[in-house]
Amino acid sequence: MAANNTLSISFTVNGEKFNNVNVPSRQHLADFLRSQGFTGTHLGCEQGACGACTIEMDGKAVRSCLVLASQANGSDLKTVEGFDDKMMEQVKQSFLKHNAFQCGFCSPGMLMTTKEILLSKKKLTREEIRSEISGNYCRCTGYQSIVDAIEECINEVN
Amino acid sequence: MDDIKVNQNPKLGSIDRPNSYIGRSLPRENAKKHLDGGGQFVDDLTLPRMVHVAFLRSPFAHAEIKSIDTKTAKLSDGVIDIFTAKEIDEVCKPWVGVLGHLGEMRSPEQSPLAKKIARWQGEPVAVVIANSRAQAEDALELIEVDWLEKDAQVDMETALDPNAVIIHPELGNNLFWTRTVNQGDVDKAFKEADAVVETTLDFARHTGVTLESRGIVADWNKAENKMTIYHNGQAPHMMQHIIAKHLDLNEGLVRIISRDVGGSFGIKVHVYPDEMAVTAISKKLGRPVKFIADRLESFTTDIHARCHKISGKLGVDKNGKILAMEIDDLSGIGPFSMYPRTSAIETNQVLNLSGAPYVIPNYKAVGTVVFQNKTPMCQYRAVGHPIAVAITEALIDKAAYKIGMDLDKIRKINFIPDNSYPNKSPSGVPLEDLSHQASMDKLLEIMDIKEIDTKKKDDYEKGILSGYGVISMCEVTNPSPLFYGVGGAHISSQDGASIRLEGSGAIHLSSSITEQGQGTEAIMKQIAADQLGVKLESVRVTLGDTDATPYGGGTWASRGAGIGGEAVLKAARKLKDNILNIAAAIMQTDKESLDIEDNNVVRKNGGEGISLQKLAETVYYRGHEIPKGTNPELLATASFLIEGIPFVFTNSAMGCQVSIDQDTGIIKINKFWAVEDCGTQINPKLVEEQIRGGVIQGIGGALFEECVYDDQGNMQNATMADYLVPMAYEMPDIIVDHVTTNSGRSIIGAKGAGEAGTGGAPAVIMNAINNALKQVGAEVISQPITPEKVLKALGKI
Repeated sequence: MAANNTLSISFTVNGEKFNNVNVPSRQHLADFLRSQGFTGTHLGCEQGACGACTIEMDGKAVRSCLVLASQANGSDLKTVEGFDDKMMEQVKQSFLKHNAFQCGFCSPGMLMTTKEILLSKKKLTREEIRSEISGNYCRCTGYQSIVDAIEECINEVN
Repeated sequence: MDDIKVNQNPKLGSIDRPNSYIGRSLPRENAKKHLDGGGQFVDDLTLPRMVHVAFLRSPFAHAEIKSIDTKTAKLSDGVIDIFTAKEIDEVCKPWVGVLGHLGEMRSPEQSPLAKKIARWQGEPVAVVIANSRAQAEDALELIEVDWLEKDAQVDMETALDPNAVIIHPELGNNLFWTRTVNQGDVDKAFKEADAVVETTLDFARHTGVTLESRGIVADWNKAENKMTIYHNGQAPHMMQHIIAKHLDLNEGLVRIISRDVGGSFGIKVHVYPDEMAVTAISKKLGRPVKFIADRLESFTTDIHARCHKISGKLGVDKNGKILAMEIDDLSGIGPFSMYPRTSAIETNQVLNLSGAPYVIPNYKAVGTVVFQNKTPMCQYRAVGHPIAVAITEALIDKAAYKIGMDLDKIRKINFIPDNSYPNKSPSGVPLEDLSHQASMDKLLEIMDIKEIDTKKKDDYEKGILSGYGVISMCEVTNPSPLFYGVGGAHISSQDGASIRLEGSGAIHLSSSITEQGQGTEAIMKQIAADQLGVKLESVRVTLGDTDATPYGGGTWASRGAGIGGEAVLKAARKLKDNILNIAAAIMQTDKESLDIEDNNVVRKNGGEGISLQKLAETVYYRGHEIPKGTNPELLATASFLIEGIPFVFTNSAMGCQVSIDQDTGIIKINKFWAVEDCGTQINPKLVEEQIRGGVIQGIGGALFEECVYDDQGNMQNATMADYLVPMAYEMPDIIVDHVTTNSGRSIIGAKGAGEAGTGGAPAVIMNAINNALKQVGAEVISQPITPEKVLKALGKI
């Protein structure tokens, strides 16, 4: 049955090598990562609308629910568990200071989007920050504290 | 320690003393795990031999299940078994969602899986158990059900008509519950009024859309006769009772663990048929069973909220004094009243809360709640508030326009005066420690109405429609036993806290209040450290485990800080007393001459003290050194409950300014102000975030969110791409300020703060929009206020 087809792929997650791993051909990347214990990647809608599963794939933010695990063959993946560089530690401190999350379910995706904003080196206004994060759903905060945190990060990075 | 806010509660001592943490906006260090990907949500859990389930759900709003054939599906890869109602009913008894204290409620028995008839699109009918969720879903497609589709009663407005489809024939009609409140003589007062205004408002169904969907892992351990449930719920002890009761288990051997919860807002406090089925399956199979709702399941089976049509009438004299108010509310709750809190509460709150900030000598309210073939409706954040506040405030604006009075003035002259509490709402509900006058004054300080009004006139000249609104409201928080317990529900209104000094000198605190992101753990820690005299970082907290925390109600109806926080305060004070008694005995001095500062027992007059670590080591390891007869308990437990009144009310005043694009109908909220009086703020930043998050959910209900159904009862927009939730771009910054009137019911003086934003925003937004539209003689009366409705009101389409 087609549902049981597997493909052998190799990739890295947060620098850790995965060589010749069998993944079900129909499994999306978020489910696969979670099955490997990277449970910091969260699933909110599985159709690319909520942004909770956003991870970094070869330097770009992707919705890991819209990427098949098999498409990650040869890729360098980074999940929230691997956001430990100086810039991201600073971002986390800023999120903590501004209480830019409540339940924490949207945070992995929100941090990835923040990372992409900061790497773009763009000096964004609050309204532009709101536009940039408008693909990440947060039901708890009302977004203002997230905008506050990202605004502070932009000022510090630039 | 940054952002010090002045603690205005003298019962809590000076803000300048060491370890004063109450009243400070400290960051939630405990929550940093979420930024490292280290949260422990239900779906993150994997247990040995765990199986997964997928539910076959009714594709029809109303249909007879003539037969279910699972033979082929059972042969599908990875399938362990498939159950229908017959097998689940062998281990799980049905329930009835009625309570006894609000007059007669009529709702039939409900079982985990539908038996002969399915009554909403999404009702679970059969369940596949397989080695993976994907395999379980594969098998779903192979189950053959012979459905006989029946006419559906979708529209609540025709549910009581003579030719309505009767959803439960044994009840004779579709009436679930009705209540009438009648204070004074409204008919007489309306005759005497100089102006009478009327309106009818519609509120669509919407739902919680928690980013983390509902989830449960049930793990029946046959060897111990023990059921362990990992659940992202809000009320662990309530679930413990219910699972024990319906699965016929020893309640003491049911353990509910609620670790991290990805938002709840009331959605996760109810008993859901699919979750009960999961516990039954675990009992049958003796294996851990996981169910995580997918987003389609969330939209069609998480409780929906609102779904009201309300008519109102207000009579005032020529000076603007309110003489009478009358409302008539109709609500549709789906085919069953939810268990165990019932689906009557939202309407009950509408009747209780309408007109609540104001002196209204004559008040009549009728509420009617009916069944329909849609997803069950029940309590979601700010239960009933949006409807009650919107009808009240819409009528007041109309009266102001009619007699030519300013929007703030008409409110000010009708407020129940701040100095008149304890008092009663127009519906007769006891109110105390409220500040509508001071809160409106504060709102008008931060929101310059004159300037906004001038801008409105300028805008109009330029062809822009802009407008503003101001509202006041009461917010139900900190419920007493009179909310649920009195009606027969096993839902604790008391909460407990247990605190101990450990051998290492560390402080451990456990509380029956749960965390869903509001900051429960953080505020509990602040209270305990503050009251005990220890550094914040020396306190660790356990929540959400019926085996590890004191008994209590959990987190809902904004009860965590006011009830659970008071229990922590009392427990910490008891422990401090115990510690000082022991220290006094060891140090051979009077207890009164000692205090605790920075984890040390200190002499108030100076001189050598003793660290809590040393004291603990002495007590635990060298108890023989303590003078005989000294109570060696380094553990204290306390609990708290609100007595004598149904709720501790909070009040709020809100304002907003909007502009309307006349060509597209798009509404822009330019500014939003909220003033909240929740008494003592344990962590002001967290209070403000409750207000902001609440306002945004209120904006969602007011402008975007709707569970759209066709006339056959099919939900049309059950995806996150189709159901509109507030996203960052459309949302305004919200200015929050406070008035502080401490609750006299407790030492801590805190009231709740989680409901007001969601309860008040729909009213103030609608009023602001109508304030703008009034300039061109238009009006909107239906929420969500979509661009289409605005364009219709403007006569453009």
